[in-house]
Amino acid sequence: MIDEQLKIELSRQGIFTTTLEELYNWGRKNSVWPLTFGLACCAIEMIATTMARYDLARFGAEVFRPSPRQADLMIVSGTVTKKMAPQVVRLYNQMPEPKYVIAMGACAISGGPFKQGYNVLKGIDRYVPVDVHIPGCPPRPEALIHAFMTLQKKIDGQHLSGADRPRHLNEALPSEFVVPEYGAHDLEPRSNDLVWPLPMSKAVTQG
Amino acid sequence: MSSMTETTSAANDERSRKLTAGISEGQLLEVSMGPHHPSTHGVFRMDVVLDGERVVKLKPVVGYLHRNHEKIGENNSYLASMPYTDRLDYLCSLTNNWAYALAVETLAGIDVPERAQYLRVITAELTRLQNHSSVIGFLVQDMGASGTPLMYAFREREKILDLFESLTGSRMMCNYMRFGGCRIDLPAGWLDRAKKVVAGFPQFLDEYENLLGTNEILMARTQGIGALSRELAINAGVTGPLLRASGVNYDIRKVDKYGIYDRFDFKVPLGDNGDVYDRYMIRILEMRESIKILDQAMCDIPPGPIMDPKAKIRGFRPKAGEAYGRIEAPKGELGFYLISDGSGNPYRYRVRPPSFVNLTVLEDMCIGNYIADTIAILGSIDIVLGEVDR
Amino acid sequence: MTIEQVQSEIQSAIPGAKVEIILNPSPSAQHSLLLDHEHVLAVATYLRDVSELRLDYCSNVTGIDWLPREKSEKVKVKNLVEGVEQEVEEVHKTVVPGYLEVVYHLFSVEKKHGPVILRLRTEDRAAKVHLPSLTPIWRAAEFQEREIFDLYGVIFDGHPDLRRILMWEGFVDHPMRRDYVEPDDYEYEPTPHDHVLQRSREESGRH
Repeated sequence: MIDEQLKIELSRQGIFTTTLEELYNWGRKNSVWPLTFGLACCAIEMIATTMARYDLARFGAEVFRPSPRQADLMIVSGTVTKKMAPQVVRLYNQMPEPKYVIAMGACAISGGPFKQGYNVLKGIDRYVPVDVHIPGCPPRPEALIHAFMTLQKKIDGQHLSGADRPRHLNEALPSEFVVPEYGAHDLEPRSNDLVWPLPMSKAVTQG
Repeated sequence: MSSMTETTSAANDERSRKLTAGISEGQLLEVSMGPHHPSTHGVFRMDVVLDGERVVKLKPVVGYLHRNHEKIGENNSYLASMPYTDRLDYLCSLTNNWAYALAVETLAGIDVPERAQYLRVITAELTRLQNHSSVIGFLVQDMGASGTPLMYAFREREKILDLFESLTGSRMMCNYMRFGGCRIDLPAGWLDRAKKVVAGFPQFLDEYENLLGTNEILMARTQGIGALSRELAINAGVTGPLLRASGVNYDIRKVDKYGIYDRFDFKVPLGDNGDVYDRYMIRILEMRESIKILDQAMCDIPPGPIMDPKAKIRGFRPKAGEAYGRIEAPKGELGFYLISDGSGNPYRYRVRPPSFVNLTVLEDMCIGNYIADTIAILGSIDIVLGEVDR
Repeated sequence: MTIEQVQSEIQSAIPGAKVEIILNPSPSAQHSLLLDHEHVLAVATYLRDVSELRLDYCSNVTGIDWLPREKSEKVKVKNLVEGVEQEVEEVHKTVVPGYLEVVYHLFSVEKKHGPVILRLRTEDRAAKVHLPSLTPIWRAAEFQEREIFDLYGVIFDGHPDLRRILMWEGFVDHPMRRDYVEPDDYEYEPTPHDHVLQRSREESGRH
């Protein structure tokens, strides 16, 4: 590892040094391709973010891909209903690693204003791991851009090796998650325990 | 009536049978388009049966955004449902507000002061402008004009959203109207800014029409595609620009004269063929009429109170009874049907969504056309899934 | 045309049709007509095609669930109390059985008037929930009747394609009924926040 001070000194002399990790992450973070995937109201704000005024292209994320096979990022933009949840998880499973999820808006985080609804999933993080949550109903385009920058920071901080290496470099960790099925009254299973630890319910069932 | 036999859905099955006559089952291709498809405007799904590229059967599948608006409305107080109406047709929150406020005002017999009526007209017509311009953008984007027209539309939309934001505090979910008036008065200088935006809008429309109206590809892809007959349109309860493109003169602003729409001088544009091109053209013309209404309303708006002083905000309990209130939303007839049992919550809270009912005729319009045309036809219906599924 | 005129017109045109006026006491004064099952198709066809009203446009179709309710009436009864005839008030309690109701709002595109409101009632909420479908008369009812079938469980005889529309196939409940119990207990459900709080406390302790 090159000494940070030396690196700065060298760059003053016009010599640019980098590491493979930095280069790799720099490339990844500036070309995050989101999935063209709108669910509800937030999707309109997502579209507005890509338009001329907010111009998501500045962050290298303007290439919206209709196919999950070509996408790196799923923006869950809106209410996930129980009828839609299996499809959302299936799309996530179809995306190649490395893949990231932004839960955009109150509904995607927790069900939001529609939390009382019988057909509303109370947060997409019950079935897939979420990297960035943005609150708001709907979040402003600036908030989505902020979420992008947060995600970029996260990508930038990932190490290629070591115990804390990200999922796509760690074969022991799963990259696909259980797709829930339509039941008679509710989805089955009601959540994926791998990504959604239920501290209180466990406490209740154990105690 | 003989024409009525054509309006039943059995006619579709008959057409399907004719188109598939002599084709073995194995040659037909079943495609499930959606719920994740870039041109379905959200989470709409169509189960399409294809013979080559020709659609022989099409069944819409909805409910992927069914977020129980009506059930939540029955568990909430009357006022608490107002922010939920924003999220029905999330492009046009202000017209949704108005429809709900109108239904409650009909139910409880509340009057609306003059200035509030003008505010409602101004915000509703601005909503219509931004809805129609975005819808045309989405329509041509679905047909392959990737980007440019939608960018133009969203550039104008942002100007209108700025006005909404400075008036109501939110870009999209305005939650502006109350039973018996509006929530807040115009901030200083708002009217001048709005006048400037509206004055610049015809220029945008000219630009839009120059870009699209005579475009050969657009004409080839839309003219004669998805024609909807007058009889079927009326019988299937189709409303809004879709109905008027089929040549039926039915605009609730003119028919019911709700609010103060009888004071304004505007025309109802009508189509001849009822095809996708007519629906595109109707929306352009409606925007020009909306600009006329806006010019008159912003000129005439009187000073005065914006809330009926007798209207109760907290502890609002209308007398037992029921009411149906409807307005001409940008997508068609948006109605609210409320039953009160005298308590603080409605016993029944029903939304009559225009785009849900308009979807009834999707199969009629698509059978016999190419699969690529269904995208154009769907785009021309102008659905928003928040309203279709509620 | 007043509601009484509509009633008498229907009754004179279709002999045997039972048409009852349901008065609406609210300021809206939108009164409605309760029809019987046998003649409803004839009445609807008449209203659409023949009558002065020409109700060619069926705007809104919706269901209502009326639970069984207890009705108490105070009745003055003459009783012999200690040999003397006295007037005594007695409270009679009767249970009005519940039923499902379907409401049709009709307008006329040709004559530009309305609404005329039709109501149909099922016999009860459990077994006898059949009603004649008005989709053959007004195509506008097609999806809306499917929705009522889905959410309220009214079975429309004569509907061309009666399937669930908003909930998935295989769902067994009718969630818009007043006594539907939701599968989630959203008020007391466990949240990940305790877990997150715990983790943040541990992390802050480490630094």
